[in-house]
Amino acid sequence: MHASARPAAGGASPVAATRAFPAQGARRLLILGGIGLILAGMIFGDIFAVFVLHQNAGRIGAHLQAGVEAVAAGNAAAAEAHILVIGGPGGLLENRGTKVDTHVHIIAFGYIALLLALVLPYVALPEPLKKHLAVVFLLGATLLPVSVFLIYHVGLAYSPLSSIGWASILADLGGLLVIIACAGYLTGVWRHLRSGRDAWRAEVLLPERSGSSRTLLVGGTLLVLIGYLHGAYYAGVHLYEHEARDVQLLRTMLESAAAGNADQASAAVNAYGGLQGEKAVHIAAHAHIIEFGTLALLLAFVQPLVFLSEPWKRRWTAALLAGSVILPVFVLLELKWGLVAGGIADVGGLLVIIALTAMLIGVLRHTGRLDAGKA
Amino acid sequence: MSHSRKLLLVGGLLLVVLGMSYGLYYALFDEHQTLESITLSLARSFSLAAGKQMEPAGAALDAYAAAKFAYVREVDVHSHWSGLALLLILFGLIFDQVTFPERTRLYLAAALVAGSFLFPVGVLLQTVIGGLLPKALAAAGAALLTLTLAAVAAGFARRGG
Repeated sequence: MHASARPAAGGASPVAATRAFPAQGARRLLILGGIGLILAGMIFGDIFAVFVLHQNAGRIGAHLQAGVEAVAAGNAAAAEAHILVIGGPGGLLENRGTKVDTHVHIIAFGYIALLLALVLPYVALPEPLKKHLAVVFLLGATLLPVSVFLIYHVGLAYSPLSSIGWASILADLGGLLVIIACAGYLTGVWRHLRSGRDAWRAEVLLPERSGSSRTLLVGGTLLVLIGYLHGAYYAGVHLYEHEARDVQLLRTMLESAAAGNADQASAAVNAYGGLQGEKAVHIAAHAHIIEFGTLALLLAFVQPLVFLSEPWKRRWTAALLAGSVILPVFVLLELKWGLVAGGIADVGGLLVIIALTAMLIGVLRHTGRLDAGKA
Repeated sequence: MSHSRKLLLVGGLLLVVLGMSYGLYYALFDEHQTLESITLSLARSFSLAAGKQMEPAGAALDAYAAAKFAYVREVDVHSHWSGLALLLILFGLIFDQVTFPERTRLYLAAALVAGSFLFPVGVLLQTVIGGLLPKALAAAGAALLTLTLAAVAAGFARRGG
């Protein structure tokens, strides 16, 4: 891997490039923090998928079956207790839901951090305030997902409220910090717009018309488009049918169990598990392809700050886009191919993580070079 | 700065604040109650069925379905508003690279902003009022978004060609 001997920041002079991307500045904080958050979220998602998701689903199925058996036995207290183990406070759905929320929010905040870094030249605020807002944003962006992760594990311990624990309160505080930072930047954009300065054209967002930037722009837009088409297809064809089937299967479970038809009740439990899987893969495919499309669009802007040679940038771009297609497609194919497709989907996710790590290294090399030049 | 870019940036930033504020409100005042309603209704239906009270068990299942219907849509609104806001701002930064005349770009930007507000509003309205209107709003918003996205992708691709 060789760094090309091209001008810094896509054609800008080294001094201008350093000014646009100052050490310890808001922009650098947001770009490095943003890519770091996205990587952390993706790695967390992989760990969750391998070690929590399927095991948790298995336990939910077992408790549902036990609940149906309790209905058949006429044991109302046991039937209710099994459902509460699934969906009650500290239950299995909370375990799953908070992990998914953690994964989604870390990545989403990473995207917003990158976006704010891009918008920063249009924020008419003093640099120290921009930096403070960046710190507030990154603090909130870390506090919220970490707290959400802890909700299931901390529960209501030492909470002053009857139904909301400390972890939830801290998560809300994290959300508030993010909102404050975004509102601060929004005020800066508003001030810039009101100032009448036409610095928008002067600020060169994509100084390099490089192959990697352009490929990421077109690829990202297409991924988002495919994601929305899939979402529209799912909403139009499957969503209402899935919701109706969900309730119908639960009704069949209860009526069969109450009538003493254990086989039919068990079949309904199994079908219910299958339905949850069907819903999960559609939603995961929809969400991931749009997420990856947005990531590709954001990374198109970051390319001028990636200090790698163009061929290597193109390779990592290809790896990122390939992984972005492989993961959602094979998540969908899990319905037909089972774990084999799941394994291939994981490889797709790994490709995206590796490509993103390579780009992060490229940005770090860029910052190192700028700082060395300044020294 | 062109009008299309300004429209996308301002629309996107407003949508970010709207999506996050809605998420915060939802987490504070609605989510816990909705999740509790889902679980308690289902638990009640199982408990009642164990006592062979099938009619009230069925009613509890209906309550479960209604709460879950609302939950799915409320979470969708939060995630779609936030996601679409990001997309609008991103496009706002580079919309000049969509190789259409500014007037066309302005129409595309207006359609993107309208679709991004309209689609989640339609989804949210499904939890408040029944009937076809909310579904039609959501479908119109989604159609507007997908068609416009296709045009934007074509605009970027022409540049690449």
